[in-house]
Amino acid sequence: MSSFTWDYCAKSACARSKCVFIGVKCILRTIVTGLYGFHVKFCTIHSWAARSSLADWSLLGVRLLRRPRPLPPCARALSPPLQQQPFDSLAEKPQFPGASAEFVDHLEFIQPNVISGIPVYRVMDRQGQIINPSEDPQLPKEMVLNFYQKMTLLNTMDRILYESQRQGRISFYMTNYGEEGTHVGSAAALDPEDLVFGQYREAGVLMFRGFPLDLFMAQCYANVDDLGKGRQMPVHYGSKDLNFVTISSPLATQIPQAAGAAYAIKRENTNRVVICYFGEGAASEGDAHAGFNFAATLECPLIFFCRNNGYAISTPTDEQYRGDGIAARGPGYGMLSIRVDGNDVFAVYNATKEARRRAIAENQPFLIEAMTYRIGHHSTSDDSSAYRSVDEVNYWDKQDHPISRLRHYMTARGWWGEEEERAWRKQSRKLVMEAFERAEKRQKPHPDLLFSDVYLEMPPSLEKQKESMWRHLQQYREHYPLDHYEK
Amino acid sequence: TVRNKSRPTQKMNLFQSVTSALDNTLASDPTAVIFGEDVAFGGVFRCTVGLRDKYGKDRVFNTPLCEQGIVGFGIGLAVAGATAIAEIQFADYIFPAFDQIVNEAAKYRYRSGNLFDCGNLTIRAPWGCVGHGALYHSQSPEAFFAHCPGIKIVIPRSPVQAKGLLLSCIIDKNPCIFFEPKILYRAAVEQVPMESYQIPLSQAEVLQEGSDITLLAWGTQVHVMREVAAMAQEKLGVSCEVIDLRTIQPWDIETVCKSVVKTGRLLVSHEAPVTGGFAAEISSTVQEECFLNLEAPITRVCGYDTPFPHIFEPFYIPDKWKCFDAVKRMINY
Repeated sequence: MSSFTWDYCAKSACARSKCVFIGVKCILRTIVTGLYGFHVKFCTIHSWAARSSLADWSLLGVRLLRRPRPLPPCARALSPPLQQQPFDSLAEKPQFPGASAEFVDHLEFIQPNVISGIPVYRVMDRQGQIINPSEDPQLPKEMVLNFYQKMTLLNTMDRILYESQRQGRISFYMTNYGEEGTHVGSAAALDPEDLVFGQYREAGVLMFRGFPLDLFMAQCYANVDDLGKGRQMPVHYGSKDLNFVTISSPLATQIPQAAGAAYAIKRENTNRVVICYFGEGAASEGDAHAGFNFAATLECPLIFFCRNNGYAISTPTDEQYRGDGIAARGPGYGMLSIRVDGNDVFAVYNATKEARRRAIAENQPFLIEAMTYRIGHHSTSDDSSAYRSVDEVNYWDKQDHPISRLRHYMTARGWWGEEEERAWRKQSRKLVMEAFERAEKRQKPHPDLLFSDVYLEMPPSLEKQKESMWRHLQQYREHYPLDHYEK
Repeated sequence: TVRNKSRPTQKMNLFQSVTSALDNTLASDPTAVIFGEDVAFGGVFRCTVGLRDKYGKDRVFNTPLCEQGIVGFGIGLAVAGATAIAEIQFADYIFPAFDQIVNEAAKYRYRSGNLFDCGNLTIRAPWGCVGHGALYHSQSPEAFFAHCPGIKIVIPRSPVQAKGLLLSCIIDKNPCIFFEPKILYRAAVEQVPMESYQIPLSQAEVLQEGSDITLLAWGTQVHVMREVAAMAQEKLGVSCEVIDLRTIQPWDIETVCKSVVKTGRLLVSHEAPVTGGFAAEISSTVQEECFLNLEAPITRVCGYDTPFPHIFEPFYIPDKWKCFDAVKRMINY
């Protein structure tokens, strides 16, 4: 049995690998040259000839069968749906409508490959050095500094709000420690008009788009400035202006919704993409399967971005799935997929940029699995020392962190140094503390807002319930914290 | 009123009236799309016949077989501003989509502070007994959803009602579930206006006025009540007021209570199992509002607390004899 060898080829033709699969499928990597002059590899399992580039069927003496040349991407997007070959009962080929395949005459099960799974694309090493210069997106200094400042500002806000929960000032909080690179790298690759569906650990995307600290705080404090009108727990942010759909607690529900939104956007012809974030745990939900299948079948311009951070609360990945992570599922849906180093902001940027370009041009979904590590606890309700070692956490915090890797990149170019670091730490902390102090003083929203927005218009029965609440409050007001609420 | 002599009408059964409503919608609203299992060829109940040819495959299309995906996808379409009309093949199969409906669609506007909503979503599903449907082709699940603030639930009794109510659901800026009594798809035939028209939601309709007892139902059961009213008049000399609730949620409490204040007696009937069925909610509210006007306890004639049986359907359903008997007992209370 031949083992998997990944044969990297920097520039030209697709790399071939010896398949361990008998007869039917062969994993290839197609190298796609993006408009930005770098190369991003997407991993595809060959299913339809037209969806992939040159596919060779080769294994253990089975005859090579050359597939017809695929259509170029834009032509593929416009061409009619792929047809089954016309019936030919004399041909020695399977005629089944359900699969395009060859016959094979010996029994062997396809082996899932988790030992050397889909490779992890990265641009920088753990010390922030560029590995392959042609992959460096060569972003301007201002842009890179902005990445750094957004990641660190998020980190600072996380520290302060986590602490404020510990002090009883807010009810709940979730930090983003260790995953800042996935947020900023992907957000930077999108247009402001692109629609974002998140799970709950993507605050950096919103921060990158310019959501002010005051509004982050307002939502966490559920105060009168909260755009969500105080209805949800902290970190359930949303912004219509910034095209960030309000977060909801049920996991993975956003995945099929993102597919529907992308379908609507496709029909509008406005060159927008939808991005949908979720964790590797949420990817186990039925809604994830539904969303992937719908997006692929209905040809939606959509980026599925999985933050694989190693844990779903206390559940490690080996208790979450048995296959090769989330990226390996993409080909099962007929979806182009890639695995990237989520702690490498440039890798995340490059992959998202290319996925965006092609999703819009070709009306198909892309799956990006960003490997990363959740340095913080799941939330303020969790103490992760109960299920993982401090050593493990420290490794990621000290040796492989998106913020420090980017800082090394910047200092190597003379764009950042000790002085800038000191000044920025002071300034970012000051910004966060000032927003925090303002938020602390604000009142809570008017209690009438308990009743509105259930429907667009308030039904008479709900009006009556509201009136009954106020009558009750008139009589029993001393038992209720009315003073903290807007009058 | 709906009937206007100058408006052209066509003889349509209930599924054709649904097609007509969808046709009107696709014609006037370029963002409208219809999707679900098997809708492309016309649907298992023929509700979408001809629409794909007329409006294109990007607007009338099949989805994979996955109700949670259908509703989730529909929510996303609606959030992005399109008019989304999702078909669930049988109401019995709506449950995989329960989370998307209850936790997402119903709460979208509230939880986002009205930044986002999926008011453009309408879910349609065939509903109710059909003679041989058994457990999984006969259910009336409206009570599960009535408990969920944020969605509207609408059930028509006839083709004219179906078209007007469906169009209201589609235009309504809240997510709506529209249950279509499958037994009436072919059996109910009326002259239905060809152009678009709306019948208001959350308004019950008094079909026949009476003084001794209020008979309240929705969907197919309204026709049973009409028969019961005729029987009661003929055999008992009892004058029945028959009301079609039409919208289950939010329901027209005012019309029902006004009627009960007048008659003093209320009979509510539905096919769904009696325990926790929507008649229980109506009963509870009416006794709160009209306690002193009641001449007899509010009676519910409903399905038994069993799954919907196959061969035993004639014994299971709340037929006119069971309802007639209930009227007799209430009059003699």
